[in-house]
Amino acid sequence: MQYALSVRNLTKKFSAFTAVDNVSFDVEDGKFFSILGPSGCGKTTLLRMIAGFYTQTDGQILFGGQDMTNVAPNKRPVNLVFQSLALFPMMNVFENIAFGLRRRGEKGAAISRKVNDVLERVSLPDAGAKQVHQLSGGQKQRIAIARCLVLEPRVLLLDEPLGALDAKLREHMKVELKKLQAQVGTTFIYITHDQSEAMVMSDQVAVMNAGRFEQVGTPQDLYHGPSSSFVAQFVGSNNKLRVSLRAAGRGKYVAKYANGLQYPVPETDYLEAGDGWDLFVRPEAMIINPSVQAGDFNLMPATVKSILFDGGNSRLLVSPRGTDDELVVALPQNRQYDAIRAGDDVTIGWDPTKSVCYKSVDWKLYDEE
Amino acid sequence: MKSDTRRLGSAFLLFFIPVILWLLLLVVLPHLELLRLSFTGNGRPGEVGFSLDNYMAFFKEPIYWLTFVRTAMYAILVTVLVTAIALPVSFYITKLVKVRAAGFLMVLLLVPFWVSELIRVYGWIILLRESGVLNRLLVSIGLFTEPVEMLYNDITMVMGLVYTSMLFMVIPVIGVMEDLDDSLIEAAHDLGASRLAIWRTIIIPHCTPGIVSGGIIVFMLVLGSYLTPNLMGGKNSLWFTEQIYNQIILYFNWNQGAAFGFLLLVLSSLIIWVLLKLTGQNLKEVVK
Repeated sequence: MQYALSVRNLTKKFSAFTAVDNVSFDVEDGKFFSILGPSGCGKTTLLRMIAGFYTQTDGQILFGGQDMTNVAPNKRPVNLVFQSLALFPMMNVFENIAFGLRRRGEKGAAISRKVNDVLERVSLPDAGAKQVHQLSGGQKQRIAIARCLVLEPRVLLLDEPLGALDAKLREHMKVELKKLQAQVGTTFIYITHDQSEAMVMSDQVAVMNAGRFEQVGTPQDLYHGPSSSFVAQFVGSNNKLRVSLRAAGRGKYVAKYANGLQYPVPETDYLEAGDGWDLFVRPEAMIINPSVQAGDFNLMPATVKSILFDGGNSRLLVSPRGTDDELVVALPQNRQYDAIRAGDDVTIGWDPTKSVCYKSVDWKLYDEE
Repeated sequence: MKSDTRRLGSAFLLFFIPVILWLLLLVVLPHLELLRLSFTGNGRPGEVGFSLDNYMAFFKEPIYWLTFVRTAMYAILVTVLVTAIALPVSFYITKLVKVRAAGFLMVLLLVPFWVSELIRVYGWIILLRESGVLNRLLVSIGLFTEPVEMLYNDITMVMGLVYTSMLFMVIPVIGVMEDLDDSLIEAAHDLGASRLAIWRTIIIPHCTPGIVSGGIIVFMLVLGSYLTPNLMGGKNSLWFTEQIYNQIILYFNWNQGAAFGFLLLVLSSLIIWVLLKLTGQNLKEVVK
């Protein structure tokens, strides 16, 4: 298998602070690869090293097997779509896209053929003569990508390019970008702190935290089988139950929750008896008032605190009996649960195999600005 | 409500009367008088009343218009040199050094301008003259066998003019360069541009308004400067302002001097207008 990009033991230190810590990964040709992490986790530093704006302290970056350590950004087969897009305001759209081609010394006829071709591909065929400030947010986005794609880079890097767009347009652009990538077949490496962007678009997602990769896998892998406490909390939404573990014989463990209820935990090799464990159960895995009371289904009596109506994404905020904790439970809008009101008593049930248990670690998942 | 506006009106008048008087009495009236003088004969027999002779003299006597051409050419040269130096200096201050160091460098640029131009020119003279500091140094380390006169030639004069007008280019260029988004430079670099191409296609086009306004100030300043060319340029470096000085002070021919003054104003404005047209700039946008 040919790798478009291979990163080997990459490390970047800023004096005493290690921004990127011994990161290795491979990206196959033509894949959509996302690096997902909270702000300050080192993902932009990693991206800037790949683009060539930073020199790594240690490690290697290879494009198609070739070492690029001492190659300047303008000589690398990689282009970067900036977070601010960085379209040149002193040029019109055509000249923006032609910029890279002109630097390569291509001729006028070839340039205008290629530029019109790429404008066609991003579905803005008549935008060439426009000035940058005449474009809408989504159009600027596509021009910024077209400006890189016209150079046919081996790898296209995208640094949170949807960050500046409003919510509706962002949803739309997610689908657009995915389609565009499938159509042009260029390898995309996409940086984001928005797990929904990463999940919707990517073939592979790397979850990054404090300079390291926590887990690399398909979005489904990350969602169903998070390999660490951080991934379990960062990817998708999750309920965290503080529990203590008790050995139940034959390598099995039981989690004891604050209100005294006990739940079997899926078997893994790292479990051990003691305090300070977190049991993660996704809101979508929780069922309200389960009708089938099978023996191996975990049940928890709770009181409804409030109903968070949000169409198809509606949630129920409940408090397990005997605690002040808050759990979020998916509230399917199939009219079955319309009768539930705040203050009602409900029973929450979940399949024990859909929960995961990790040693407690407190992560800062977002900045409250 | 109405009395409020009236009070505001009277306060406005109170503060503006001194300004208006200042402009009228010290700027507008003297200029009108000079304009009248320039169109009047110099009072010698047969040369009284309205006359265009003062202006015709400029075009008839090669020494006058050649001095002007020489002055204008040197002013353009100085403007170009100042631009060439100010661009990298401003880039260094705004983009490369840390914020606190940038403040310190700005102070270093400004400090020499707290001292009058005359003092600064004498400073240069102390450094450059035959028995000056630089000559002593070069002779003592054996680079020169005997002192060389470095003053009183065109190169020294141009250097002095570049030095005295530098700040007036650096400040507007720093102003526009601060607005330049670093990611534009990085994007250009990422798209394959070399350093030279980045300067040519991104930085200079972005800074054009600052360069043009700075250029106008420097050009006018150099064209109208008197001290530096007079003191550093020596006998052979005749500057047009010296012609005006000679007419008024030496020959006591105010009429001729006034005419030269207005010619300087009109011709320099004309040169700026032509240069703006040639480079496709709009004065309104530059002033904005």
